[in-house]
Amino acid sequence: MPARNIYEQQEHNKRTTLIVMAVFIVFLGFIGLGFDAFYLGTVNEELFLPIGTLIALGVGSLSAVWSLKAGAKAVLSSTNAVPADPENPAQKQLLNVVDEMSIASGLPRPQVYIVPDADPNAFATGKDPQNSAIAVTQGLLDSLNREELQGVVAHEMSHIRNYDIRLMTVIAAMMGAVLLLSDWARRGLFWGGGRRGKRTSGGSSGGPLALIMLALWIVGVILAPLISQLMAMAVSRKREYLADASGAELTRNPLGLARALQKLEAASAPTASIKRGAAHLCIVDPVGRTMNAKEGVAAELFGTHPPMNKRIMALEAMAYQPTPAT
Amino acid sequence: MALFYILIAAAVLLVFWVIAKYNGLITLRNQVTNGWKQIDVQLKRRHDLIPNLVETVKGQMDFEQSTLQKVIQARNAAISATGIADSAAKEGVLSGALNKLFALVENYPTLKSNENVKQLQEELTSTENKISFARQFYNDIATRFNIAQQVFPANLIAAMFNFKPSELFEITVEAEREVPRVDLSLKK
Repeated sequence: MPARNIYEQQEHNKRTTLIVMAVFIVFLGFIGLGFDAFYLGTVNEELFLPIGTLIALGVGSLSAVWSLKAGAKAVLSSTNAVPADPENPAQKQLLNVVDEMSIASGLPRPQVYIVPDADPNAFATGKDPQNSAIAVTQGLLDSLNREELQGVVAHEMSHIRNYDIRLMTVIAAMMGAVLLLSDWARRGLFWGGGRRGKRTSGGSSGGPLALIMLALWIVGVILAPLISQLMAMAVSRKREYLADASGAELTRNPLGLARALQKLEAASAPTASIKRGAAHLCIVDPVGRTMNAKEGVAAELFGTHPPMNKRIMALEAMAYQPTPAT
Repeated sequence: MALFYILIAAAVLLVFWVIAKYNGLITLRNQVTNGWKQIDVQLKRRHDLIPNLVETVKGQMDFEQSTLQKVIQARNAAISATGIADSAAKEGVLSGALNKLFALVENYPTLKSNENVKQLQEELTSTENKISFARQFYNDIATRFNIAQQVFPANLIAAMFNFKPSELFEITVEAEREVPRVDLSLKK
């Protein structure tokens, strides 16, 4: 029963979401608390006023809220996307295909945008199925047939249905916050030394334990951006597999998407108008596909997308599974 | 006394569980109804598009008047169909007639390259797809509804409140099942 597996996978991904959020909150708290303890002196034996921690968590949640509110628009305008025009036959076909997929998934129709770029690519964005958008490049419209287009739109529709758009938007915002704060903290290491010296009256830099804590914190601050990036990429790769699978559930035609992926893979030019920040939203990595084309440890760790041949193989395997006759 | 409280707590939990299951079933039942309505919406759309298509191709398809006639007849029969089984059968005949028309259009190069015909073809292809996706969605949601009321112990609640399993949509007309997917060749 392939359908059952997809529901199980959705459950699994919801848990992953919570774990990832928890880890990011711990990261932000960790950076903030260290700042409190070692620089501001606001957390010690006699005083507990974690201003730094509150600021860190505040920055994290504010940027998450802001990107959910305005992130979709920002991403779309950064790619120069324009709304699809129903008078244009190719774009009308795209609108029809999106309609078909919103019927198949039982979701409201997302807004549809065209990105004026010759490289074939597509992405979905938004905060929930009621406020979502699908954007495809002109190159994608030009190079795919109806069936393949349907596969790609089903993949994007699945990102919307599985709330991947929300998760990836929040993760990107949190990652930005961790980067920003660890950057501040690192700068603090250089100019903050003198101030810390004056504060030795408190318990913060008293014994060897405090020194060990300080060392741990510095290592943490340096590693935080890297770890959060690895985590975001791991989540992104999982989401791509899931969107491929549930996209196939919508069209009942996994080979349509498999052929589309083959074509996208063959057109290996980078998608110039999609910036690095939106890479994790795209159906194929817009930056460079060398990393995602390779298999092995490096690709498994650093690609935002799974290796393409693995995705295609997974889809082809699905085509041999018995599917309901409709 | 402790036993008494435990029993009370268990009863309260049971009531909450029954309420939750009952509400879940009601939600699913409404989704099933809505799914069925969506099929109707798409079928109506197809009925509305057909006269346009026939008007556009009529002039250049003199030899195929009988095919066009069949499409029109099938459409009118489908509109006047009463009841689910009757409607499904007549819509099936209409699908078959349309597929035949699509296949024939392939033989008329001028027609095939006509912008209006192309657009109408795209609209009809899309409508055909929407009908089958609406049916697929209906079947999916109806299956979930049926599973939800048949698994133990939710089946006790379903029986208590007299929930009936929904029928799945099946292809009832042999003709529709046999027709090779002619429209595949038309997908640009």
